[in-house]
Amino acid sequence: MHSTHFWLTRPFAERSTQLFLAVLLAAMTLVTLLHLAVPQGHPLYVNAYTVNLFGKYLSYALLAVAVDLVWGYLGILSLGHGAFFALGGYAMGMYLMRQIGDRGVYGDPVLPDFMVFLSWENLPWYWLGFDMAWFAFLMVLLVPGALALVFGFLAFRSRVTGVYLSIITQALTFALMLAFFRNEMGFGGSDGLTDFREILGFNLRSNETRLGLFLASGVALALGYVVCRAIVGSKLGRVCVATRDAEARTRFLGYRVERFQLFVFVVSAMLAGLAGALYVPQVGIINPSEFSPLFSIEIVLWVALGGRATLYGAVIGAILVNYAKTYFTGAMPDAWLFALGGLFVLVTVFLPRGVAGILAYRLKRRRTGDDAGASGNENSATGSEVTP
Amino acid sequence: MRRLLLLWLLVLLALPLGAQAQPAADDAAAIELLEALDVDSFPAKGRAIEVIVASDDERARGWLQALLDGRLQRADDGRFVVVLDNRGRDWPVEDALTGEALGEMSRRDLDRIGINNALRNQLRSAIAVVDLYSADLALRRASAERLLGEVDVDLAGPLAEVIEGEEDARVRRRLLQALAIHRLEQGEVAAVADLEGSLHSRVRVALNQAANGDDPMLADAARNALNQIEQMLKVNRAAETLYFGLSLGSVLVLAAIGLAITFGVMGVINMAHGELIMLGAYTTWMMQQLLPGQPGLALVLSVPAGFLVAALAGIAIERGVIQFLKGRPLETLLATFGISLILQQLVRTLISPQNRTVVSPEWMSGSIAVNDALSLTLNRLVVIAFALAVFAALVLIMRRTRLGLEVRAVTQNRAMARSMGIRATRVDILTFALGSGVAGLAGVALSQLTNVGPNLGQSYIIDSFMVVVFGGVGNLWGTLVAGLSLGVINQVLEPWAGAVLAKIIVLVFIILFIQKRPRGLFPQKGRAAEG
Amino acid sequence: MSFLRSLADRDRVFDFLVPTASPVDVRHGPILYLEDVTVSFDGFKAIDNLNLTIDDGELRCIIGPNGAGKTTMMDIITGKTRPDTGSVWFGSRHDLLTMNEPEIASLGIGRKFQKPTVFEALSVFENLELAMAADKRILPTLTARMSGEVRDRIEEGLATIGLTALRDRPAGILSHGQKQWLEIGMLLMQRPRLLLVDEPVAGMTEQEMERTAELLTGLAGKQSVVVVEHDMGFVRSIARQVTVLHQGSVLAEGTMDQVASDPRVIEVYLGAEADEEMA
Repeated sequence: MHSTHFWLTRPFAERSTQLFLAVLLAAMTLVTLLHLAVPQGHPLYVNAYTVNLFGKYLSYALLAVAVDLVWGYLGILSLGHGAFFALGGYAMGMYLMRQIGDRGVYGDPVLPDFMVFLSWENLPWYWLGFDMAWFAFLMVLLVPGALALVFGFLAFRSRVTGVYLSIITQALTFALMLAFFRNEMGFGGSDGLTDFREILGFNLRSNETRLGLFLASGVALALGYVVCRAIVGSKLGRVCVATRDAEARTRFLGYRVERFQLFVFVVSAMLAGLAGALYVPQVGIINPSEFSPLFSIEIVLWVALGGRATLYGAVIGAILVNYAKTYFTGAMPDAWLFALGGLFVLVTVFLPRGVAGILAYRLKRRRTGDDAGASGNENSATGSEVTP
Repeated sequence: MRRLLLLWLLVLLALPLGAQAQPAADDAAAIELLEALDVDSFPAKGRAIEVIVASDDERARGWLQALLDGRLQRADDGRFVVVLDNRGRDWPVEDALTGEALGEMSRRDLDRIGINNALRNQLRSAIAVVDLYSADLALRRASAERLLGEVDVDLAGPLAEVIEGEEDARVRRRLLQALAIHRLEQGEVAAVADLEGSLHSRVRVALNQAANGDDPMLADAARNALNQIEQMLKVNRAAETLYFGLSLGSVLVLAAIGLAITFGVMGVINMAHGELIMLGAYTTWMMQQLLPGQPGLALVLSVPAGFLVAALAGIAIERGVIQFLKGRPLETLLATFGISLILQQLVRTLISPQNRTVVSPEWMSGSIAVNDALSLTLNRLVVIAFALAVFAALVLIMRRTRLGLEVRAVTQNRAMARSMGIRATRVDILTFALGSGVAGLAGVALSQLTNVGPNLGQSYIIDSFMVVVFGGVGNLWGTLVAGLSLGVINQVLEPWAGAVLAKIIVLVFIILFIQKRPRGLFPQKGRAAEG
Repeated sequence: MSFLRSLADRDRVFDFLVPTASPVDVRHGPILYLEDVTVSFDGFKAIDNLNLTIDDGELRCIIGPNGAGKTTMMDIITGKTRPDTGSVWFGSRHDLLTMNEPEIASLGIGRKFQKPTVFEALSVFENLELAMAADKRILPTLTARMSGEVRDRIEEGLATIGLTALRDRPAGILSHGQKQWLEIGMLLMQRPRLLLVDEPVAGMTEQEMERTAELLTGLAGKQSVVVVEHDMGFVRSIARQVTVLHQGSVLAEGTMDQVASDPRVIEVYLGAEADEEMA
């Protein structure tokens, strides 16, 4: 059970990871084929819009995985992960903005339109370097990571946990939202960054680029998933679970709990940033609403619905909820908030282990053939996932 | 004694009779006065106004006011009438001479006596002068206020006379200032002495003009007076900031204290707390819809109604959801958040997504003028008082009642309290009802300060929680101190940082604060506090 | 801001430069030394001028009525609670008051809680794995591989506490007694110099108690053990040296018989209980 594999390749030896990667790969291949090989107008044809939509779902799924890593395994309910997502998105947005060059409305070769509009003379210092892709892509990880590092350092050091931490993270993203709404911040105020044209030289409006971004999102999700799996499958992952269930005990065993929390929190924030960076070119805009507390708490719902502490549950939840959202906001916009609110209540009260919990229970019953497994299920549900 | 009373009664009865008899005698003269107004030439009208002022006719003020408002009109039959309400097609009118109601007249049968801007100014000072002779102190005070900066050469003479005869110190001082502004404009250095220490903006404008004028002596004196006034203004501004801070703070206290109670006792965050506040605000609005024309009564009734509605909603939330999530505070947070979404959307669907305005009753509108630069708006004052009253009531409930005792017991040690025979479930329900009810009260109070809308609650939940964290969980006094100080901090920061930045600074401050004091300003100590 | 200052501090020795296991200096006899310790909560003195010395390799029982300050004393030794005054030394080299919980734990002080706390979601094996003495910093933990030696040590520990058969079951399904043993097992995996055990036999059956007594007495000599216990029969069966706490300070110290015959002890603590227990 405790293999002697190198920690990062260990997940590839696990059945659940193999299954997950296989399903993901199959889905990506299928969508690509249906988009490219099937003629337009055929009922099975997947149009560019839908490919784009799937790409968006995949970036959300990565975000959900990041949240599950801290909530499911570390017991930290972050209501501010949208902030890391948005920061990654803004870093990407700044790169895309610089790529517009002199093709903007005002035709300024350096300054983005909104800065010309505000009659700014020079590019602010924090925009420097974002014309280079490698720098921007690095910032996609580093900026959210740095915020998580500072914030987490302060929070975990003073042992802020539980609902306190949740609300403080919510306050964090709320404060950032207010800040980004200000024009003086230099991020386009309430309009945010938009009117992007190309990424790495590819036209963002072309179908090929959309497909490429969809595939990139899928690869990023696979990578993120494997990294998270590697972490939770390591001894460090077990320390996380120990911290979640009995923090004081873990401390007395000699683990510096706050450092483990900080480490995982930062990794999670970086993954969220990556998700944001993939999201922005696919929707074509990033604005302060991504910082809204509502969005952050919605992410948590995806994870809760899919099933905590399973990672793949987070992916299922993200796709399910967002599909429902796409459907509802199109068909019955008023009903969406009712449905969302109802989901929060139903999932927490009736489905504490989410869809993945149901799946695991079914599987277990089929395998053992009776209810013998169910008695231990109560406690082992999370544990069995940590030690597959 | 009895005879004296009888005599008094007779006098009282005789008075109206006399009053009615008199106008009939003067009617011819009065008509002549009004006829003089109905001419084409504006200068001629101006002279007619002067005549009316000098006439001593007690109806003069009414005429002048009606003329100023464009409501003095002439009917087709030649009678002068005062239009009471000039909306719609047919207007209710009364006779300008007798004051007798004449029913409604078509607007086509009426002819307005026109005036221009010069006449408007003249009318305003004329009314002020007329009022200065009035026996009514309130009228005299108001008119003295109006004369500030409006005194010209013609008025200066009569004004000096009036000041001689005036008994009320306030009116006198005001008139002296009004006169002094005029004298200052004439270049009289001594006039500055009369203006020193006045915070009125008109006075400052006059002094400013003088300070920038050609006369060096006058400019010097004016500048000194201005500096002195500026100092006093600073104090006033600080007082005003404090007042606004306290009023914002008391709103925060109201919003947070219910949360503090439920969080303290049950250890759960009710994210729908903001929406309970919203329910309280909408209850006030509903009450006003049910009792149109009686905003005061509606507001008073809203206090118990808002408490009840929110408390019932709270009980429903507790019984319907929270009781199933015992010992899972994070899940409770999520579930109640879902409830908050549902409640918001419910209001959007059932009432309207738009904001609703709640009318302030008369006794809450207006303000108390402490001095010329500082006036305390009544609605904020009432809200501060209300918040303190609610707080005091809660402290009493916690300290003096059986429920309070049980609540405190459960807060400190749930298991122990249970084994002592306290029904923790019942305490949970009652606490939740109490906390929610207080949220409803917060909503009633808020409806007097802002518009009522579906997003009302959302904007308070984070702030409320900050107050609870800042003050320390399960501590009413902590909530009070934290709420008021956060309110004041916010108001102090706002002028130089802007509203948004002030909010951010406060949030960052609290994040840093809990580094030093993770359990708030007034933490609970001992084993019970170890979570 | 203090963390910024600490970063700028040139004399600061970063944690990763400090050798993990610094030897405990017991040449002068005592392994644990509490002097004039006082701590109060909201004006109530939970510990009042407490003086206590534990010798190396000793098995000491601490008894006292409820509220005598037993748990608070444990909290102070393990760094959970900071005393208002006084000093606490581990050996003659380590001032425990300057350290936090993980530092104290890695020095070799293990603690068993009153309520058994094991990691319920993890298997019995994994519980022991986490407890085992190892490099407990982040990267070594992340990249840790299960070597044969480590596995053998854990199996050994499993055998000691008699849970080999349940090695892969989640700890959450264990019985109360089994959880107590697992927790003691976890402490043993830490290879501590000093073991603090809080009410190990509360809620145990007779047989479980006997096993626990065997476990603990087997440890003494190799490790110093401090046991806080209510159950007089159990204390009598394992104790060589007994300390009686009362209102936050030491009331009496000696063998069980000496203590039991001390009139002050009988008055404040044993009282009615003494009649049945001492008979």
